[in-house]
Amino acid sequence: MSDQPPVLEMRGITKRFPTGTLANEAIDLELRKGEIHALLGENGAGKSTLMNILYGLVTPDAGEIRIDGQPVVIRDPADAISRGIGMVHQHFMLIPVLSVAENVVLGQEIVRAGEILDLGEAATRISLLAKKLGFDIDPSSKIEQLSVGQQQRVEILKAIYRNARILVLDEPTAVLTPQETREIFEVLRRLRAEGASIIFISHKLDEVLEIADRITVIRRGKVVGSRTPTDCTENELAELMVGRAVSLRVDRGRSHPGDVMVEVSELRAKNDRGHEALQGVDLSVRAGEIVGIAGVAGNGQEELVEALIGLRRPTAGRIRLAGQDLTRASVETRRDRGIAFVPADRHRFGLVLTYPLDDNLALTRYAEHPFAGGFAGIVRNFRAITENAIRLIKEFDIRAPGPKVPASSLSGGNQQKVVVAREFRHDLKLLVLDQPTRGLDVGSIEFIHKQVIARRDDGVAIVLVSAELDEVLDLADRVLVMFRGRVVGVFPAEEAQREKVGLLMATGGDRS
Amino acid sequence: MRRIWRVASIPLLAIVLAFIVAAVIIVISSIVTPTGFDLFLPLGAYGSLFAGAFGSGTGIVNTLVAAAPLILGGLAVGLGFKAGLFNIGVAGQFLVGAFAAAVAGANLAGAPTVLALPVAMVAGALGGAAFGFIPGFLKARTGAHEVVTTIMLNNAAVLLLTWAVNDLVRAPGFSFPRTGEIGNSALPVLLGRNLHLGIPLAVLTVFAVRWLLDRTTIGFEIRTVGQNPNAARYSGMRPIFITALTMTLSGMLAGIAGSIQMLGVIGFYAPGITGSVGFDSIAVALLGRSDPIGILFAAILFGAFRAGAPLMQIETSVPIEIIDIIQALVILFLAADLIVKRVFRVRADKPVISELATVARTWAGGSPPGGST
Repeated sequence: MSDQPPVLEMRGITKRFPTGTLANEAIDLELRKGEIHALLGENGAGKSTLMNILYGLVTPDAGEIRIDGQPVVIRDPADAISRGIGMVHQHFMLIPVLSVAENVVLGQEIVRAGEILDLGEAATRISLLAKKLGFDIDPSSKIEQLSVGQQQRVEILKAIYRNARILVLDEPTAVLTPQETREIFEVLRRLRAEGASIIFISHKLDEVLEIADRITVIRRGKVVGSRTPTDCTENELAELMVGRAVSLRVDRGRSHPGDVMVEVSELRAKNDRGHEALQGVDLSVRAGEIVGIAGVAGNGQEELVEALIGLRRPTAGRIRLAGQDLTRASVETRRDRGIAFVPADRHRFGLVLTYPLDDNLALTRYAEHPFAGGFAGIVRNFRAITENAIRLIKEFDIRAPGPKVPASSLSGGNQQKVVVAREFRHDLKLLVLDQPTRGLDVGSIEFIHKQVIARRDDGVAIVLVSAELDEVLDLADRVLVMFRGRVVGVFPAEEAQREKVGLLMATGGDRS
Repeated sequence: MRRIWRVASIPLLAIVLAFIVAAVIIVISSIVTPTGFDLFLPLGAYGSLFAGAFGSGTGIVNTLVAAAPLILGGLAVGLGFKAGLFNIGVAGQFLVGAFAAAVAGANLAGAPTVLALPVAMVAGALGGAAFGFIPGFLKARTGAHEVVTTIMLNNAAVLLLTWAVNDLVRAPGFSFPRTGEIGNSALPVLLGRNLHLGIPLAVLTVFAVRWLLDRTTIGFEIRTVGQNPNAARYSGMRPIFITALTMTLSGMLAGIAGSIQMLGVIGFYAPGITGSVGFDSIAVALLGRSDPIGILFAAILFGAFRAGAPLMQIETSVPIEIIDIIQALVILFLAADLIVKRVFRVRADKPVISELATVARTWAGGSPPGGST
């Protein structure tokens, strides 16, 4: 090691929230120049709080921050930026209707002749910077036209444009496809080569092992260990992070499929842009069977699950549940008949972020007994709603101070657990899961996978869509491959090898 | 207590700040009045304003009489905000309600009050509801933004009702077009000169709306559609239906406001009775943060302005129009709550007009709730 002081030192950082939660307890963290330092921990372990302290968004109760060996006090994000700290949040802080260039310079606009904005000059500088980082981004395109991966690069550009030497990425891969993840890793390596120091927050073990130079593990607000990727294994990290031995493989046992529960035939539907996203899909799921749908994102999976729950109207074809035709039924009717749905986008569909947890945990059953009663059945029963919430919070280990806090105050993984806890009800016929474990840590994934298997063994028909091919292969009794709006292959679990399925996902086989 | 302060601090401080800034305006304008520059004029003016509004039994009655239609109008706007709708059409719905109550009331002028009054009230409520249903239906069906349609319908209401009074229901024996005497349909006066039954009715409605929003599944649907229409659809709610229903209910509240003003104060419909209830209601809803109880207090404040202003003008020569300035400043400081936070160094958790954010979102080219089915 050199004599140079670390770029960043955090010593004895402690933060207790007014709710009583001890989010950080005497945390030490050291970031060396030109390293990628992974901060590993479960949802709600205190990683984001620590980084918010570093970024001046949260004031610590105790502790010291040193930059280049000098003690500093960071009062607000402007302070952090001026000290060379850049932050890429999990949920992007971009303005959708503005262009890339406008977003990047926001707050540091280039002006000429008084107060006239010089976007041309900004665009030129941004183009140069993007080229240096290896980004293919047109500064004049609007944020809303960009993919999630591209938006993330704009966030990184924004930080680098503000001369960030210390870059914090809060769960950057949670929203990315595997391809995009590989690309962002290239970017991080390039930044490291340029001398940037990076804090990489994650709970995905394989990613941390791949990208990090050093790993600090946090559990329930405390540092429980530091490792380097060469001296540890996935299992060891998982155990450190969760605090107990975790099985990374699903023990799914044997399934005992019953009668056909769901029958989809010749289903056609258009996507939001009016293109035919489903071009005659056939699908049947038996009671007590998990059908996994594999496919590269955007090949009609989203439209299929939306058609199943009733959010998208099919243009042709049939959907039957237990013999009854539900093709034209409303969402309400389908839910009454026993269909539940974990959507991929929990902020868009799954939650009302401003509502307290108890309302969210009853959101899709708000009009049912016991949540509503009284005369004409329209009076809400708050006792039942709160009791339901307390039970589910405990049962699904949702880390929250109580049933009355707004859903927005929870970490992403815990928000996902809220949706899952609500939809995994007991009287189900069909459970549609779209990315059920997105953003979750290993402990929670293990828990949810067990729940999925338990529901299967209860005789529920399950449709599982996941961007994680491993998740599909681990859980499904049958694997369907979707390509350009069609089912191009069906495999029983024992014949679904990763390579075979992957190839079909990419090429669509003969029919493409 | 702390929870109340958290939601009420910004509105209260905005009022304080509005009074301070208006005081500066009064002092400056005193230079050009006959009395000359007077640093203490605002104190006198505000004293008279307060005395006029609360200093006597008559004053309090006047305040409540002026507040009653604002309570109902404020609830109408506030209910819309809860569903993410900006009902600017309260002015028109108020007029249609007032007209319907006036016509029904005049026709039943000779009937016993127990029959005449409820029928006239219901007529007014239904009139407002029907006029609120139109933009609600248009939004649900075609996505036509309610801000545009309700503004147009406000004009349509004025012209349509002028024609109706002229050609359909003009009462004989008057030198100008108007509806007939309402006789027994009038709201009974409970106390003093003018404290009519509509005032307790308005207060009761506050609690009814609060119950609807907080305690019923319909209220939950309304709020969910306002907060996240996609999640509402996903949960099995029908945002299209809720949108139309909310606009209809909102119109109904505005119609009741028109009815009690008609049956309790004005007594007959004539072209030109427009008044400022429609637009003051928007201010009341914003000041009350769309919360029924908040709206109650905001409406009483605005009612006090109306009731106290004449005495202020008589005693201190400060013109009545200064209260329009104060009202405008209150809304200005609510919208620019950063100013309030800076001046008083308070921290508030969320933006005051979060309802407006929802409106702005739909306004900026977003799809109507549940548009694709």
